[in-house]
Amino acid sequence: MSSSVPSVGDIIVHKEFPPITRHRLALYCGASGDHNPIHVDIDFAKAAGFPDVFAHGMLVMGYLGQALTDAVAPSRIRSFSTRFAAITQLGAKLTCEGTVTELIEQGGERRAKLALTTKDQNGEIKLAGEAIIAL
Amino acid sequence: MVDQSAVGRAFTPVTARVEPGRLRFFLDTLGETNPVYRDGSAAPVPPTYLFCLEMMDATVPFEFLTALGIDLARVLHGEQRFDYHAPVVIGDTLTFHPRVASVTDKKGGAMTLIVVDTPVTNQNGVHVADVSRTIVVRNARPS
Repeated sequence: MSSSVPSVGDIIVHKEFPPITRHRLALYCGASGDHNPIHVDIDFAKAAGFPDVFAHGMLVMGYLGQALTDAVAPSRIRSFSTRFAAITQLGAKLTCEGTVTELIEQGGERRAKLALTTKDQNGEIKLAGEAIIAL
Repeated sequence: MVDQSAVGRAFTPVTARVEPGRLRFFLDTLGETNPVYRDGSAAPVPPTYLFCLEMMDATVPFEFLTALGIDLARVLHGEQRFDYHAPVVIGDTLTFHPRVASVTDKKGGAMTLIVVDTPVTNQNGVHVADVSRTIVVRNARPS
């Protein structure tokens, strides 16, 4: 984040990501240590009652984190949280956004609270979250 | 079904080192090109990477599920939270201390929400972060 102080309502995070592929899910399985077969093995996913494999929630949160740290240095992030509102399907083209909702004094420093969302190409909210950043 | 007796249950601590090669694999997988993460020895880790480190180096994968008798196929990730207290950089050795913080039944027992809180300390004993995950268990319908 630059030295300029954001205002409430400013959209300071915005990034779009390429469609989720099976290949990406396989790579994320290895790179993240999350070997849950439900994300890479269609037979396992079907036996669990799903029509196909689907994205790891933490892959989607990883994208949201990437969008966040494009705008804010990692060392300025005090907290980062999300609710996984809906399953992210194969092919989803995700857009991550963050809006300043509050400017606060906390822990002896000036901070901003951001409302974060990740939506797919249909506008469906996949993740809804919040970050607190030091200004 | 998991009940209140699980609250407070602690699992095996996990010790994980922030290795540059594994981190590069993670960055490449996410298409992350931000130079801040490739800035040599003092590079920070991405904001969700603590979650991965704990899974990668767990001696018992998904221990909290097996220990509580939960079928992996019935689990969804409900919420995730990170509170950062001090920097984590390449070369650090972190220790994760997971324990069950709460168990809540939803929708008349159709789902159970389990919160696992995990304080993280580094090689100097510094409390660097708190990680909290909420797991949704889709319970079998009563026959």
